[in-house]
Amino acid sequence: MNKNLGWKLIVIVATLLVFAFGITGVPDNWSGKGFLAAMQNRIHLGLDLKGGTHLILQVQVNDAVNTGSDNAVELLKSDLRSHKISYSEISKPDPVNNPDKIVLKGVPPEQSSDLRSLVSDRLPEYNPASGAENTWTISMKLQAMADLKNRAVTQAIETIRNRIDQLGVSEPVIEEHGLGQYQILVQLPGVDDPARVKEIMQSTAMLEIKQVLGGPYGSEQDALQQNSGVLPPDSIILRGRGLAVAPGQESGEEYYLVTRSSAVSGTDLRADGASVGRDANSNSPEVNFALTNQGGRKFGAFTGAHVGDRLAVVLDNRVREVATIHEQIQDQGRISGGGMTEQAAKDLALVLNSGALPAGIKYLEERTVGPSLGSDSIRAGVTAAAIGMLAVLVFMLVYYHAAGINADLALILNLIILLGFLGFSGATLTLPGIAGVILTVGMGVDSNVLIFERIREELRNGKTPPSAVEQGFSHAWVTIVDTHVTTIVSAFILFIFGTGPVKGFAVTLSFGLFANLFTAVFVSRVIFDWILSRKGRGEALSIGA
Amino acid sequence: MEFFRNTNIDFLGKKWYFLAFSLIFSVAGVFSMLFWHKIPYGVDFRGGTLVYVKFAQTPDDNAIRAAMDRAGLHNARIQRYGQAGGNEVLIDVSEQETNEQALDRSKTAIISALGTNAPEGKQDLNNTSVLTLKNYLLQKDPLHLGTDADQRYGALAQAIVDYRDKTKGGVLSSLDDLKGTVDPAVWASLPDGFFVSNFGVRNVEIVGPQVGAQLRRQALLATAYSLAGMLIYLAVRFEWIYGVAAVITVFHDTLITVGAFSLMNKEISLTVIAAILTLIGYSNNDTIVVFDRIRENLKLMRREKLSDIVNRSINQTLSRTILTAGLTFLTVLALFMFGGEVLHGFSFALVIGILIGTYSSIAIAAPILVAYQDWRINQGKQPPMAPAAKGGATREKVKVKA
Repeated sequence: MNKNLGWKLIVIVATLLVFAFGITGVPDNWSGKGFLAAMQNRIHLGLDLKGGTHLILQVQVNDAVNTGSDNAVELLKSDLRSHKISYSEISKPDPVNNPDKIVLKGVPPEQSSDLRSLVSDRLPEYNPASGAENTWTISMKLQAMADLKNRAVTQAIETIRNRIDQLGVSEPVIEEHGLGQYQILVQLPGVDDPARVKEIMQSTAMLEIKQVLGGPYGSEQDALQQNSGVLPPDSIILRGRGLAVAPGQESGEEYYLVTRSSAVSGTDLRADGASVGRDANSNSPEVNFALTNQGGRKFGAFTGAHVGDRLAVVLDNRVREVATIHEQIQDQGRISGGGMTEQAAKDLALVLNSGALPAGIKYLEERTVGPSLGSDSIRAGVTAAAIGMLAVLVFMLVYYHAAGINADLALILNLIILLGFLGFSGATLTLPGIAGVILTVGMGVDSNVLIFERIREELRNGKTPPSAVEQGFSHAWVTIVDTHVTTIVSAFILFIFGTGPVKGFAVTLSFGLFANLFTAVFVSRVIFDWILSRKGRGEALSIGA
Repeated sequence: MEFFRNTNIDFLGKKWYFLAFSLIFSVAGVFSMLFWHKIPYGVDFRGGTLVYVKFAQTPDDNAIRAAMDRAGLHNARIQRYGQAGGNEVLIDVSEQETNEQALDRSKTAIISALGTNAPEGKQDLNNTSVLTLKNYLLQKDPLHLGTDADQRYGALAQAIVDYRDKTKGGVLSSLDDLKGTVDPAVWASLPDGFFVSNFGVRNVEIVGPQVGAQLRRQALLATAYSLAGMLIYLAVRFEWIYGVAAVITVFHDTLITVGAFSLMNKEISLTVIAAILTLIGYSNNDTIVVFDRIRENLKLMRREKLSDIVNRSINQTLSRTILTAGLTFLTVLALFMFGGEVLHGFSFALVIGILIGTYSSIAIAAPILVAYQDWRINQGKQPPMAPAAKGGATREKVKVKA
């Protein structure tokens, strides 16, 4: 019996040491300040406590589907031509709601099987379906579309992470936000003015170089009229850059007619190939970019063949730069002017280097917590926790006398295990998390009360102290398991459904409950046994009864 | 010391009073939810823009309202919050002004409306970020630093912002506040580019309509799953009627708590939902303690009427129930009083929830068990109330007796 007790004591002390280590690690210096610093190092504070920005954004996955089906349309056009399948019209009737649908009209019935085999050959991700009046609807297979959308989200996360890393934000969280569809959660500790970061994250940074077929024109209608109302094949009208007057507002409009296909696209950009430079004449900031070997070859062939023509540097479907090709250019290009500030040039180089977003993004939620509010919240939360805890500790001593010490030790150990858990697991402590700690204290004391009340009852029924303790624990144990399991169930559901601070609450509550099973049942029992082993037979137990 | 000893209160005899009490509060809450304040959704659920502003002096609500009107935000709600003398104001703009195309439009409008008397070309030191300040210092270079300028000015900017946020609580009253805390040369360079307004933004929450709807759905689902999980666990551990009784009880608690929020027109935020889920766990806790005792007593006192057993069980656990409720209430009360503004709704829900949760495990859950038994007997069926689970053998015996 005594030997057994010794082992149990060792287990308890070891647990205490392990979790105390979890809270602080080994502090650099053994002063109060050193401990505090070590603790701040180990326990991660949530955004609501340390200040920062929390954003939820949605990837416009339909953009990615549209890009895919646009390419499919181009491919179909050229293949239909080469396979001599005739048609009257090919279009995407509803790119906003059904970006995956391509409608092909006027295919002669005798060429149906040719078309079918062409699609299954060249566009395996698409399903062709024939409809009335020789009209075919070619739509992306559901699985392929789902893959494409998920890939767009993964790629967007990657790109945004690259950009944020380059901004030097420490410990950012960028992850898929499981609650919504195609949503990304971004948490930026310490950033309390998110405007610039948002701008940088949102820029799709799709860089293309195209040939200029005509322009500048004053308006889109003007551009159409100049080309006698019909656009030449494989061409589109793009808006040129105006001078930025204010964010989102520009003066002067100009439009260019450019080729639809690009000579060079964003993937041809060399890694870290964009840099900030200065315009040789005006000394204003500009962005220079370099292409990969393959991109350079494409660009060289293009410029070699088009000496005397003009090229357009297109960024996010806006013409940013128009220049005349004087000679073959291999692998260099630049984006300049437009009253670009030093900062804007730096940001542009950054987004170009981090790669293009596969689809546009939209902000759904933005929360900013200033650092002053965060530290106020910590102070309030910790004060409340300390007062609540103290009140409980004192009450237990008064009500249960010596057994109260027992409960108090169990409660304190519970708190140490809980904080140690947080330190080890790297889970974040949020303000509701602090509330979770307080609630754990409440639940912890409940287990003790259950046990103690039961022991008192057994004592009243005339049992000897050792058997009363034995009976008290074994009866209360059943109840404690039932109550803890149900609470852990709701905490677990909170963890799955909750976000940010609420999740932090679920984490501390569940950890606390597990710790409580150990402290209230095992530790408290060992202390009772130890006290009993030191008492003589028939000596009373101090439990305030 | 002991508060309750061998109490013998006939709780079941008072069930009609309990029913009346619960009905009054539930019905009042439901009426308020339907016809009066409705369900006062917080910004998390309804979408919208909240800006928390701290002023250097006592703010003038009318002036703020006028400024919002000038900015075109006619429906802005302006509300004091925090401690008295904290000079803090919450400006709340509804969902209509918040759209996903320009999520932070209202925020920008609010901030620029408040800072109307800004000197031309200067930035507000109370609302500037470390980065802006650093760039400004880099450009001004008041200390004529060489290679490590970027790092040094970064640290200086951080120090100034920290002083503003941590020492001065978020708002400087004038540039003079910084005198003595920063290098004189740096201090002298500030007025060229910065001024000090009379307010600082402490916290901004913008929730687009889509996220609002999403969170509403999730809150409902989380609550429903939580209840379902409980029902299943209790059905397995006890008998299904115990699970049903516990779920009805918890539903009663949730209804009254949400009703209290509606009656007092307090906003239900995401953290309040967390509190409600907690109180579901807590109330269930209390109910299980009583149920456990009923199960135990059913084995011991086979000849007695169920209502007597239930009464006895409640009395036996009364001391524990009141003690735990009291102690948990104490900790929650500490949270309510000292936990600060952000946790106010959360702790309010728990204060109400613990009172109701404790009451309901005695006044609702246990009588349901007895009522079910009476109903079964009236139907001429066997009394089903046998100690279930793990006590299979005993259960058979009871059936034989009946």
